Amino acid sequence: MDKLIDLQNIHFAYPNQAPVLNGINFSLKAGEKIAINGPNGAGKSTLFHIMVGLNKPNAGQVHAFGQIRKTEADFKEVRRRIGLVFQDPDDQLFCPTVAEDIAFGVLNLGLTVNDALLVVEQTLSELHLEHLRDRATHNLSGGEKRLVSLACVLAMKPDVLLLDEPTNALDEKTQERLVEILNALPQAMVIISHDAHFRRKITKRYLTMENGLLITPDPKCKHAQ
Amino acid sequence: MSPASSDMHIRNDGANPWLLKLDPRARIVASFLFACTVIALHGFVALSIALACSLLLLISARLPGAKTMKKVMTMDGFIIFMLFMLPFTTPGEFWFSIGPFNATWEGFYKALEITIKANAVVLTLLALVGTIDAIVLGHALNRLRLPQNLVHLMLFSVRYIDVLKQEYARLRTAMKARCFTPGNNLHTYRSIGYLLGMLLVRSLERSERILEAMKCRGFQGKLYLLKEFHFHRRDRFFSLFSLLILIVLLAVDQHYG
Repeated sequence: MDKLIDLQNIHFAYPNQAPVLNGINFSLKAGEKIAINGPNGAGKSTLFHIMVGLNKPNAGQVHAFGQIRKTEADFKEVRRRIGLVFQDPDDQLFCPTVAEDIAFGVLNLGLTVNDALLVVEQTLSELHLEHLRDRATHNLSGGEKRLVSLACVLAMKPDVLLLDEPTNALDEKTQERLVEILNALPQAMVIISHDAHFRRKITKRYLTMENGLLITPDPKCKHAQ
Repeated sequence: MSPASSDMHIRNDGANPWLLKLDPRARIVASFLFACTVIALHGFVALSIALACSLLLLISARLPGAKTMKKVMTMDGFIIFMLFMLPFTTPGEFWFSIGPFNATWEGFYKALEITIKANAVVLTLLALVGTIDAIVLGHALNRLRLPQNLVHLMLFSVRYIDVLKQEYARLRTAMKARCFTPGNNLHTYRSIGYLLGMLLVRSLERSERILEAMKCRGFQGKLYLLKEFHFHRRDRFFSLFSLLILIVLLAVDQHYG
């Protein structure tokens, strides 16, 4: 029961394409932080999409929060509790202003407009982004877009965070901000990242995806033999 | 040259129907002239012959029946209200009445005429022009000396419509990941509005980026379309035959109309 996410023997292939995932087993406990790396196109993002039901596995079972999840209705609840931050912030930000974009998810949870605005203010101040409140989302810099897209997901107060290459195209300063923010969060998280330094700053546990399987990598240090 | 090589519903097995082997330019000009002629016709004899011609072309192109019917029905959907209104709004000989509204035979004939004209033109377009691959169509229009801007607009639309579609799909997925369920409420309408607005803004910005990238490669307002077309004997025969049919159509209409 203490496993938040438990994937069992997940197989997945996009229509008319070679299989991407070949029997993935993966579990995430409360408060745990796991990093995943692996070559481009290995299926890391696909794995995230399966966790929140945007893709349905061809075989295998998705357990989330102690229940098996199969139908779209099952995953509606899962998406409330798992926050997925997309690889490209532009995929996520679509409202005219930052405040409206943050309010979007909160309103989807059924809050009233006034309550949603309170959550927006709270989230912005927690991440020290108040100055971006009324900016147009498409005018933000790359780093600002990244932080705002994280804020959008955090505003929904998820139990689990899934971050898809969060350091993509971030300068060092913003990257440090991101590390600070992520380390201060109590949520369990899974992070896809190719940046070894960034991974180490967040967590010691990390997995590699290869040939559609998640494996614990051998230590690469030359003294390890 | 195989004009419809990338067209999905054409089997590319080397045994293409004769119609698809014709020069796209000949097909475009023929369907344009056919449309002009059909619009000028009045009598039902000539119109019936025109409709038969377009059906013959449709069979020759070996288009899939169900899909084509659906396309034609879509077009008919646009004019159906006008067709139903016509008998009631045209003055003439009394036909029947619904309540205070009187229908006339003249109106009925008018509606029938418009239906036949519209369907004949659309069927011909589907058979002759609809079977030309979009890119090839752009090249052919360019060779037919259509204004360059129009041709470029068309070719760019073909190139980027899929990019836009993907952008839309990605945004929708991201919305779904944040628990968005469409419903009949203000929140849904506002969010969909934002979505469309953002797509518009992004397309505009993308177009500027594309132009900048083109300028970096020395773009000076001219695109070079390299495709060459060859007018074969069968094209000459087709053009001549089409012209003959159009003249016959007009003559029949003069005689019976």
